[in-house]
Amino acid sequence: MVVFEKPKSLTDAPLHYCPGCTHGIIHTLVAQAIDELGIEGTTIGVAPVGCSVLAYNYFKFDMAEAAHGRAPAVATGIKRALPENIVFTYQGDGDLASIGMAETVHAATRNENITVIFVNNAIYGMTGGQMAPTSLPGQVTQTSPYGRDTSTAGFPIRVSEMLATLDGPEYITRVAVNNVKNVRNAKKAIKKAFENQINGKGFSLVEVISSCPTNWGMTPQKALEWIDENMIPYYPLGVYKDRSAEKGEEA
Amino acid sequence: MSEKVLMKGNEAIAEAAIRAGCRHYFGYPITPQTELAAYMAKRMPKIGGVFLQAESEVAAINMVYGVAGTGLRVMTSSSSPGVSLKQEGISYIAGADLPALIVNVQRGGPGLGGIQPSQSDYFQATKGGGHGDYHLIVLAPSSVQEMADMTVLAFDLADKYRMPAMLLADGTMGQMMEPVVLPEPSTSTVEKPWAITGTKMQREHNCINSLYLQSGDLERTNFERFEKYKVIEENEALYEEFMMDDAEYCVVAFGIAARVSKNAVVAAREKGLKVGMIRPITLWPFPKKPLAAAADKVKGFVSVELSMGQMIEDVKLATECKKPVVLCNRAGGMIPSPEEVLASIEKMAGGNN
Amino acid sequence: MTTQLLIAGFGGQGVLFAGKFIAYKGLLEGRQLSWLPSYGPEMRGGTANCSVILSDDPVGSPIVANPDVLMAMNLPSLDKYENDVVSGGVIIVDSTLIERKVERDDVKVCYIPATKLAQQADMPKLANMIMVGKFIKETNAVSYEGITEALKKVIPARKAEMLDINLKAIEIGYNAE
Repeated sequence: MVVFEKPKSLTDAPLHYCPGCTHGIIHTLVAQAIDELGIEGTTIGVAPVGCSVLAYNYFKFDMAEAAHGRAPAVATGIKRALPENIVFTYQGDGDLASIGMAETVHAATRNENITVIFVNNAIYGMTGGQMAPTSLPGQVTQTSPYGRDTSTAGFPIRVSEMLATLDGPEYITRVAVNNVKNVRNAKKAIKKAFENQINGKGFSLVEVISSCPTNWGMTPQKALEWIDENMIPYYPLGVYKDRSAEKGEEA
Repeated sequence: MSEKVLMKGNEAIAEAAIRAGCRHYFGYPITPQTELAAYMAKRMPKIGGVFLQAESEVAAINMVYGVAGTGLRVMTSSSSPGVSLKQEGISYIAGADLPALIVNVQRGGPGLGGIQPSQSDYFQATKGGGHGDYHLIVLAPSSVQEMADMTVLAFDLADKYRMPAMLLADGTMGQMMEPVVLPEPSTSTVEKPWAITGTKMQREHNCINSLYLQSGDLERTNFERFEKYKVIEENEALYEEFMMDDAEYCVVAFGIAARVSKNAVVAAREKGLKVGMIRPITLWPFPKKPLAAAADKVKGFVSVELSMGQMIEDVKLATECKKPVVLCNRAGGMIPSPEEVLASIEKMAGGNN
Repeated sequence: MTTQLLIAGFGGQGVLFAGKFIAYKGLLEGRQLSWLPSYGPEMRGGTANCSVILSDDPVGSPIVANPDVLMAMNLPSLDKYENDVVSGGVIIVDSTLIERKVERDDVKVCYIPATKLAQQADMPKLANMIMVGKFIKETNAVSYEGITEALKKVIPARKAEMLDINLKAIEIGYNAE
């Protein structure tokens, strides 16, 4: 009996991510959803700038590499050009919630029929651990060495809650990948976000609470615990918007 | 031949783009190019095309990047401050070797500047504009007819060489109406096997990308791109010569400045001065050859510009400074009058005779 | 022959429309031409002007700095452009809105109470086309024949009912003293 198989829509390229990084899990969940929905041949992914900048090496479907923060705009262009294709972005917190916030909000409010996988690990990983828009109050980073001081650096942005206030988007949910139960839920949410697009329902964003052991300065195990102890209390998991469910439609 | 119609330059670009097969337009409001976006907003929905008013110039150019990646003809338009914002995306489009059309209906700068016509984005347009080593094909129409024709040409060249092209106009060109014969619908079909359209499980995946972490790889792409640029410089430079046969002085001007200068050249001839004009139509590639040839015949050049003197540097390079080059310019939204151009010519002629 | 025309007035007086009509008339007569408006904030209720050049040769600069004909539709426009008109040129003045006389004596001046005539004919918004009628009469820069065809080019089909009244306005201007 096969317990675990590598998803078909992942290439054989070895991942460059740090040991214990959860990007690998999230890539796998995305690829599994695409395999199960049988959409590899029509899917076009948009990679961000950040740790997952090389995502185009790991997925077997067509990919575009976007400028920092511009993935939702690039995806908008692709989807408007090829409405029959499945288009998604894969973005980190700096990309999506800082430099690309305008693109994110406006793609959501236009209800662009795209899927957004938003990986929130509360830090800039690729550049070496700077403060992110989602870094927690008091969180020590390279650019908040005394801890994030909310009086000068402001407060973290709860992206899912904020986007859920918009009339535009179809589906906004927050999940985590720090234990088996959460990974299973994350898988369901990601698959639903793609199904929504297939069914023409519109903008679906899955915020995935993720870890960064390297830049958090922890062991991978400790980092997963830190998610439970610090991240999830600030970023509660759950569905923030599901228009079809609210209307009582079949999901 | 189709009927002559009266159209604003901005509208002529829009209609010509549609006839060139462009069905995707992304933009953000800015004066003095608004008629272009308005025309697209009206027409695109009726022909199954996409008009999208983006949240910013930055978003608009990245939407262009997305569509260009799928291999379809796509464009954006803006005016100077907006085109500055687009530079990030333009650099990525150039770095990913994508065809696309960017229209800049220039206004005075720097900063917010003004809304009156200018040519002060010449450096930005012809020397790259964003970060990195790259060029755009830059076309500078000087009539509404050329605005229509060069829109089609820009799409064709962009496809042919797999690179972005820019139409560099100005507020006057965009706002003026002239009779124009609109181009026939384009039948251009260029194979784009590199496009991201979904693998359909029948080919290896395509990637639209400008990231090369290995310096050697990145250097190779730059050298290859510049080999392509050499071919373009050899084959695609366009210019118009006006009364150059026996000319002793040569005016160099493009766009609206060339229109004004033509009056001055005619006036100079009436005064017995042997003056001609070379009008660059492509600003990149810059028409170096006719200028180099003129440098062996004439006594001097007058570069007429709506800027503090930008093209004049290319004139000096092309002529290898063999003959004096003087600047006749206005800036900030002002346009030199034919009398001012004539005065520059006379001053140069007086100083040389 | 080349005619450089400058039409100037307030935004809302139909300055650009008048210019557009004359440009189309020229087009239908096979002339070379250009039409250039002022643009930007000054359009919003401020002054508006438009340059029209009609020529037998390709038009060089589309900017009219020294008009052969100035159509002044308000006092600020006359004040601003009177001295720019070429010697021997023509100034057409809406004498309802401009009380003063033209000071130049080297130009031909036509006073026409266009706004008053428009009100009397129950077409208060068409003083511009009455001025156009006068322009045709005084300059022959375009011919009076075929004005209907030119009007059809500038009046959109959905406003076809405006055609007759515009024709009438041009006629009033053409036949005015």
